Amino acid sequence: MIEFDAVTKRYPDGTVAVDSVDLHVPSGKITVLVGPSGCGKTTSLRMINRMVEPTGGRILIDGTDTNTSDPATLRRGIGYVIQHAGLFPHRTVVDNVATVPILLGWRRKKARQRAMELLELVGLPPELSDRYPSQLSGGQQQRVGVARALGADPPIMLMDEPFSAVDPVVRESLQDEFLRLQQDLGKTIVFVTHDIDEAIKLGDQVAVFQAGGHLAQVATPPDLLADPADDFVAGFVGKDRGYRALSFTPADGLPLEKEPTVEVGADAEVARRTSVEGWVLVLDDARRPQGWLDVSRLTGEDEVTPTVLHRGGTVASATGSLRGALDAALSSPTGRGVIVDDIGALLGTVRPAQVLVQIENAAAEAEARH
Amino acid sequence: MDWLEVVVLFLQHLWLSVVPLLLGLAVAIPLGWLARRYRRLYAPMLGVTGLAYTIPSLALFVALPVILGTQILSPVNVVVALTIYTLALLVRTVADGLGAVPDDVRQAALAMGYRPLPRFLRVELPVAVPVIGAGLRVAAVSNVSLVTVSALLGVPQLGALFVDGLNRAYLAPLITGIVLCVVLALLLDGLILLGTRALTPWQRERGAT
Ligand SMILES: Nc1ncnc2c1ncn2[C@@H]1O[C@H](COP(=O)(O)OP(=O)(O)O)[C@@H](O)[C@H]1O
Ligand SMILES: [Mg+2]
Repeated sequence: MIEFDAVTKRYPDGTVAVDSVDLHVPSGKITVLVGPSGCGKTTSLRMINRMVEPTGGRILIDGTDTNTSDPATLRRGIGYVIQHAGLFPHRTVVDNVATVPILLGWRRKKARQRAMELLELVGLPPELSDRYPSQLSGGQQQRVGVARALGADPPIMLMDEPFSAVDPVVRESLQDEFLRLQQDLGKTIVFVTHDIDEAIKLGDQVAVFQAGGHLAQVATPPDLLADPADDFVAGFVGKDRGYRALSFTPADGLPLEKEPTVEVGADAEVARRTSVEGWVLVLDDARRPQGWLDVSRLTGEDEVTPTVLHRGGTVASATGSLRGALDAALSSPTGRGVIVDDIGALLGTVRPAQVLVQIENAAAEAEARH
Repeated sequence: MDWLEVVVLFLQHLWLSVVPLLLGLAVAIPLGWLARRYRRLYAPMLGVTGLAYTIPSLALFVALPVILGTQILSPVNVVVALTIYTLALLVRTVADGLGAVPDDVRQAALAMGYRPLPRFLRVELPVAVPVIGAGLRVAAVSNVSLVTVSALLGVPQLGALFVDGLNRAYLAPLITGIVLCVVLALLLDGLILLGTRALTPWQRERGAT
């Protein structure tokens, strides 16, 4: 557990980067610090491992004031990941990852063994271990950065915009993996980002910072969306927060309709006969939806080929959120949203009106609980 | 012209060039570190060392015996003078090399829990090696050429062949001296280049995927 107790940082030039912040960071959870650029997120993060010294207040880790510990020792017990990974260019991947164990006095062989395990943990193939950082892609470097921070299995991880510099597709997969990893590891994580969507996706708790180093609100993501503390937070969280809040309402319990389907390669005549309102859902041989087929487009062909399929619609998981289900229903050319199970096989379809009913039920339930 | 004598002059020249190079580097590293660590020192320090480089070498060779109390013929004068020139070149090189270490690398080293000296020796200095190596090559070649000037005072090295050639209006020693100086300069340059490469396998592999 990390506690900020009226922490202030005034840089020598007079800039107040962090202004009397009180924050409770629970153990084993992800706390995200979010806010516009220059609002003191990095400074707050760096005060935890004493890369920056507070000018006022105290920071306690498990009840101990950090300024009573030796800074280098303190830092070896706290993982740290930064935006461009900051890998040591002169060391191979495996030696980068072995850095902290070696600083802690492990034997080189044991440190490397540990490093190889960590590379596997973050999903990097072992053959990359002898490369130098300049030979890796941005996403791979970022994974090495995470592995390096996990070097000595620290209970606390500090992450400063770790996924901001990679492209959106890679970022999303890094985020998903990060959440999976955290489920296993249960670290106490302080994560900095300027991206509110990332904050809401990753945070168990989100701390919104405002210019001047003020802490504007600390809340769980659903509470933040449902009940912003003031105009600043409301504006920062964004306009479509009502819709985004649906991310936190599970989709289970949606009434699904059975959908008539054909497989890729099916006879065109069969597809025509099976269709409802002119459309039929096409699956592969593992019952995974491939796309909707507008049967009126089956003029020349005598069988269903992937090229004639409509691919605009999204597919939602039954174990996902109502946001996904609603999007699937709204984006479907037939108005019938495709719902799949965990391995991507079709379960059935759902119409927008049914999702809306479910949303109302969920809201009523939430009201009743309050 | 006695070949054994030429070999001796060559070896003399070699050590008169190399010893100041190593001494200069040894002093330039801490000074370069200071110039980076305390930014206010950077400009004055480079100003002073830059100024040192503008002192004519002959003047320094003549003045040093007076200052140090050495014999005018003593090679110590040459070593001290060239150490000053090497230092003048390398302080800037070391400071700029350290300055070129990416800030996120420096911050990461701090965050991993390196203490200041190991951080300098095991992260910042190794990353600055390519820049320092390049500066060292310039200094080596410059030293080989500057050493010859001390021939005017009678300090034995390849420059003595120039004086000999001049006195006897004879081309052979002159040409031998020039060729051997060039050979020595290329030799040192090549050695430093190889040394730099050996220390920076990560530079060669860059983008080799
Ligand atoms: N070393 C420093 N000296 C002076 N001002 C600084 C320093 N580091 C950051 N600042 C200032 O402190 C404020 C907060 O910076 P920072 O914590 O980096 O914000 P963020 O990470 O939220 O973008 C900014 O106004 C920044 O310019
Ligand atoms: Mg920042």
